[in-house]
Parts: sequence; structure tokens; C-alpha cells
Amino acid sequence: MTARARVLDYVCLVAGLWLAWVLVFRWAGPEALSPPGATLQRMGEYLTSAQFWPHAAATGLAFAYACVIALIGGLLLGLALGANRLAGEVGEPILSSLYSIPKITLYPVILLVFGLGVSAKVAFGALHGIFPVALFAIGALRNTNPVLIKTARVLRLAPVETARTVLLPAALPEIVTGLRIGFSATLLGTLIGELFASDQGLGFMLIRAMEAHKVLDIMALTLLLFAFAASANALLLVVERRVHRQ
Amino acid sequence: MAKAALRRETAAAMPGRATAFSDTHVALRGISHTYPARAGHGAVAALGPLDFDFRRGEFVGVVGPSGCGKSTLLDIIAGLLVPTSGTIEMDGRAITGTVAQGVGVVFQEDATFAWLNVWDNVAFGLRRAGVAPAEIVRRVDYALAFMGLAEFRRAYPSQLSGGMRQRVCIARTLVLQPRLILLDEPFGALDQQTRLLMGEELLRLWRETAATVMLITHALDEAALLSDRVAVMSARPGRLIDVVTTGWPRERDSALVADPAFGALTSRLWALLREESRKALGVR
Amino acid sequence: MIRVRILRLGLVCAATVVLELLCRVGIIDRLTMIPPSEMMRALAGVVATAPWFWPDVTYTLGNLVAAIGLSVLGGFLIGVVVHAIPRLRRVLDPIFTSYYAVPTFVLYPLLIVFFGIGPTSLIVLGALFGIVAMIVATVTAIDRIPRVLLKVARVSRLGSVRTALLLKLPAASPHLMTGLRLAVAYSVIGIIAGEFILSTEGIGRRVALAYNNFDNATMYALLVLILAFAMALNAALGAFEQALHRRWYRS
Repeated sequence: MTARARVLDYVCLVAGLWLAWVLVFRWAGPEALSPPGATLQRMGEYLTSAQFWPHAAATGLAFAYACVIALIGGLLLGLALGANRLAGEVGEPILSSLYSIPKITLYPVILLVFGLGVSAKVAFGALHGIFPVALFAIGALRNTNPVLIKTARVLRLAPVETARTVLLPAALPEIVTGLRIGFSATLLGTLIGELFASDQGLGFMLIRAMEAHKVLDIMALTLLLFAFAASANALLLVVERRVHRQ
Repeated sequence: MAKAALRRETAAAMPGRATAFSDTHVALRGISHTYPARAGHGAVAALGPLDFDFRRGEFVGVVGPSGCGKSTLLDIIAGLLVPTSGTIEMDGRAITGTVAQGVGVVFQEDATFAWLNVWDNVAFGLRRAGVAPAEIVRRVDYALAFMGLAEFRRAYPSQLSGGMRQRVCIARTLVLQPRLILLDEPFGALDQQTRLLMGEELLRLWRETAATVMLITHALDEAALLSDRVAVMSARPGRLIDVVTTGWPRERDSALVADPAFGALTSRLWALLREESRKALGVR
Repeated sequence: MIRVRILRLGLVCAATVVLELLCRVGIIDRLTMIPPSEMMRALAGVVATAPWFWPDVTYTLGNLVAAIGLSVLGGFLIGVVVHAIPRLRRVLDPIFTSYYAVPTFVLYPLLIVFFGIGPTSLIVLGALFGIVAMIVATVTAIDRIPRVLLKVARVSRLGSVRTALLLKLPAASPHLMTGLRLAVAYSVIGIIAGEFILSTEGIGRRVALAYNNFDNATMYALLVLILAFAMALNAALGAFEQALHRRWYRS
């Protein structure tokens, strides 16, 4: 894959999306959508306005907290369950079922337990992210190639040494995948959590715009969120691919 | 047959070569193993009972039909598995469930560490054993040169072919200067030509280290070519049907395939195994 | 194996009992959560006596089935097309990889403008949520069809339709099943979330209503129902998926 072909693909994609956007706008009218040019301009206004950044910071802070809980908590949980055979066999299906729950269903419960405010956002975000991190970590440890464990035994490594020098490096690629997915999930969870639980933050701004039917604002904010989430994901993918290349 | 006898005589006359392997390195008595019942199937009698002596410095090939317990046998000798009955002694000391010092194992599957380059892979065991850095460099460089991997020192396993990766695994074993080397069908995934070349390298390794070598292989010709003695196992549960002495000289290589004694040996092994292989196929 | 199952069951039961005790003793107050036993009782009551229950369930299930159908069939067809045109696949790849990392739900108001408040926008939302999972799974599934099977088909001179039906489809079934399971899960999320946010009918709407009216009994009853349904569905599809994977990829 030449770099040139790849750039061409991206250009095609962006051009195609732009075109589709314009066509839909022509068809649906300004009540439904705002045109690409105006939306981008509004985005620029947001990024340079003084009111925007406190909200962005509020969202960012809640997201950071949620990430710490989800990623670190998920890792600890996953490594503990993955390391112990019995614990893993008992716990993994439970985690898997919990992961498959439509977490939006738990939203009212979270609001009741944590009240309206930052902790609800953080809790909801962490709730989304912790499961994939843990599940991937468990999978990574359980899928360790048995021949590596045998090799460690032949080399007469102590258990802790085996874990540190063989198991963990071998499991790292899959763990990193889990971290990436957990990161994205936490972001989504935090944003959803913000919609009704907050008087600050980007989700709150979005709800306000929705209530006021300000289509331009809705689209500009949406695009900003999309852009942030997509770039963060792309960045993490690059990291992940480098870890997996080995 | 006459030629083989002549060969043995000339071999005996070669200076500095031990003609008879007299000293027992590893002794197996009454070894048998049954895998316990698990979900889905009952207990499996995999091996034995089996008696065998490995003499110090000899090259033993082990052949047998699939499922006859060869890998189980290797695991037991390595100390990775405790047999359900029987005893195993190395240098007079009993082995039970822990890997003794000086044992090297090369597995059938690729056991390279994907996250380390070739040099670090080979150095891994030495680093864990706390060997001095200068000594590590010396041994690793030597092993890489010996196995023809010197120019790939910085490459990662994913960039190497299967044969190269096995060489890395062998090099990793070599640097630890083992006195007992166990190989479980290490060349199973390779094509015939590569196997012949790797077999020669294995012989070089054996001569270099003066270690006792046990090679499990399903290729009868490989066993006949490389070994001093070939242990022939029956279908599951694997028992020793026969032990065939080849009488090859120590300085041997793949040119031996032209020797009629080689053909005779191979057909003798097949004659022993044909019925057992049929059984194994039917059982499966 | 059995021991593991018993342990797991025991763990879940213990957790439920602990929750029950915490609620009854008052450590968790009634305004936050009601005891699990009361949730079940409320659920029984709602199922038996609430006049809105069956109509709303029918509404939600109807939307769900439509959304699943749309996302699975649409996803499959689009996946086949995308796989057949490698250029298209490369160009669209960034969308597929980032799709579930971006907040798609913000498009919901847009959908309402298009389709109005009602089942159509809900169904479209649910389908949009699930369709990309199905597309990606379809593409992967076709990738994983062993090349040698296609050669067998050509040697046996099967036409393209028979090759597709008799060889390709069964060979692709494990990964297609994965796609189906994911599409279903995502459609459920999409429908329920949509009903929460903006709907006039449906179980999701009832939960939102109950929440706003401080009717914890009804709210928790319905939440338990939704959770049980989602988990059962996922477990059933997952078991089926595992069986297919085992049959095809026994290692």
C-alpha cells in the first residue's frame, strides 16, 4: 500500500462524505441540517470562544477520572481473574453477561445512586469502559501460548519471573486492544452520562442546543465530538498496531 | 550388513571417539502415565510401562505412531510432568516434577518470544540465570554464529521463516550449555530439504556440546540417519517394541543417505512400525 | 466444570442476597433502590395488571425486530458489496474502525427531523447502531472462507449461486453469527436509548416516565425485565455462535 494510494483513499472518503452531506442538506433543508461550510465555521467559533472551553474542560475532567477507574480497575480485575484459572472460569462469563447489558438501562439507577453531578458522569463512563478492558485482559492471559509457559519452566524461572518476563509481554498486544476499546467506550459513556446529569460539559451544551432547536450548534458540537473521538481512536490504533506488529 | 560391520570397526579405530556409550545419564524404570478424566472423555492411558537407559553423550531417536505418547515421554524426562508410576533418575538423582539443571528442550511449536529480537531471545535464559554480561555476549554471539543467525541478530521472529525460528530456539538452548537436549519433532513443520540440513546442524550441535540428545521424530529416515540408537514405540499406550542400534560414526552427515545400511535401517524401522501405525490409525 | 457452574451460581445468589439485605436494612434507601424481591413482585404486578404493559412491549419488540432485520440484512448486503470492491473497502475502513468510538446517538434528533417522532426514527436509530457491526463481521466472514473451498467448487463445476449457498454461506456462518449477535445487542441499545430520550410509547418510555414520577417500583421492575431479556438473548445467540465456531474451527 503506497502512501500515495492511502492519501488518495482518504481524500476520496472526505470528498464522498462532504458530497453526501451537501446532497442531504439540499434534500432535507436547513430545519434538519446545517451545510458543511457553515458547520465548520461554527466549530471554529466554538474552539475560539471563551464559553466553550470551561465546558470542554468539565467533560475532559470527568472523562479523565472515568478513564483512570475503567482502565486501571479493568486491568486489575482482568489480570486477577486471568491469572487464576478457577477465578477466570467463574468470573469471565459473569463479566461477559454484564458487558452485554444495554448499559443505557442502568442510567436511571446511576442517577439515583450518584445523584445529578460529576460522580454520575464518571460512574457511567467507567461502567462502560471497565468491562472490555477486563475481558480482553482475561482473554490475553488465558490465550497465552502453552509452549511459552513450558519454555519458562524449562528455563527454571520462578513464577513471578515467569509472569513478568514471559506472560505479561506475551499478553500485552491483546491487553492494549482492550485498553483502546475501553477508552472509546468510556468516552461514550461519559458523554451519555453528561446528557441529563449535568449542568456543565459538552453533553450539556448538546442538550441545550437540542432543546433550543439550534441545528447549527447541534451539528457543530456533534462534529467536534466525532472528530475528537475518531482522532483519539486512530491514535490508539497506531499504538496498538505497533504493539501487535511483533 | 557387512559394510555396516566394517563401518563400526573403522569407527572404533578413530581416535578420540567413544565407541561404546557406557555411562548411564538418564535411567527410566517402569515409567507409565495416564491422563486423568476430564470433561468429555475418560482417563487416557498414554504411556508405558517403559524401561530405558540413556547413555551419556549418545544420540537417541524415538519413533512411533501418532498418539503413542512420545511427547508425554519427553515431558516426563524434562521434568515437566510427573509420571503416574515409575521412576526416572538423572545422574543418579531422582527427577520429580521440576526441571533439572542442564536440561534443554526444543519444542515442536514455535517458542520464540515475539516481543524480543533474535539476540535478546537467545540471551533470555542467560539473563534470567544471572550470568555476567560479558559472558552472555560471548556465548550468544557464538551460538548465533554457530546456528548461522549472526546477520539476523536484530530481526524479530515475525520476520523469520519457521526454520529460522526453530534455529533461534535451538540457539537459545545451546547457550545454556545443556548436558541433556530433548527435541520434540522440532523439524515437523519444515520441508524435506530443510529438514536434512537442520539434521546436519543438529549433529554439529551434538558433537560440539557432547550432550546426550533425545530426538522425537515421526520421520523414520531422520531417526535412522541421525541417531546412535532408535527407540521404537508401539501404539497407545506407548511401550518399547525394540531398540535399533545404527552403529554410525560420530562424524556423520546427510551423505549417509547413500549408504545401503541406511536404507536397511529405515525399512527395518518401518517393518517394526507398520502394524503399530495401522493400529493407531484405526484407534483414531 | 460442574464445580465452576455451582460457584458461579453461588456468587450471583450471594450478590443478590447482599443487595436484598442492604436494601431492607436501609443502608440503601428506598428512594435509590428497592429490594430485589420487591422488584420481582412489582414486575409480576405490572405484567398482570398494568393496562399499558402488553401494548408497550409489543411496540418495543416490534421496533426491535424491524431494527434487527434491517441491520442484519442491510449489513450483510453492504458487507458483501464492500468485500467485492477492495477499493471501496479501503476507503470506508476508517469509518468502520471508528464507528463505535464516536457518539452515534447524537444523530437521533436528526432522525426525528427526518422521520418524525414515532417508530420509524427509532427503528432507523436501532438499525444504524447495529449495521456496522454486521458489515464488519460479514467482510471478515468472507475473508475467512478457506480459499481451498472455492477451488473445490470450481473443480466440481458448481455455478456461482450454488457455490454461494452450499459452500460460502456455511463456511462464513461462524463469523456471520458473531455479527448477528453484535447487531442484535446494538439494536437493543439503540431502541431502548431512543425510547428513553424521545418517544411516546414503548418500554423505554415507560421507564423514563417511572423515573420522572419517582415510581421506583415500576422503574426497577421494567429495568429487570429489559436486563433479563437482553442477557437471555445474548446468551442464546452466544451459545449458538460458540457451537458454530467449534464445528468449523475445532483446534
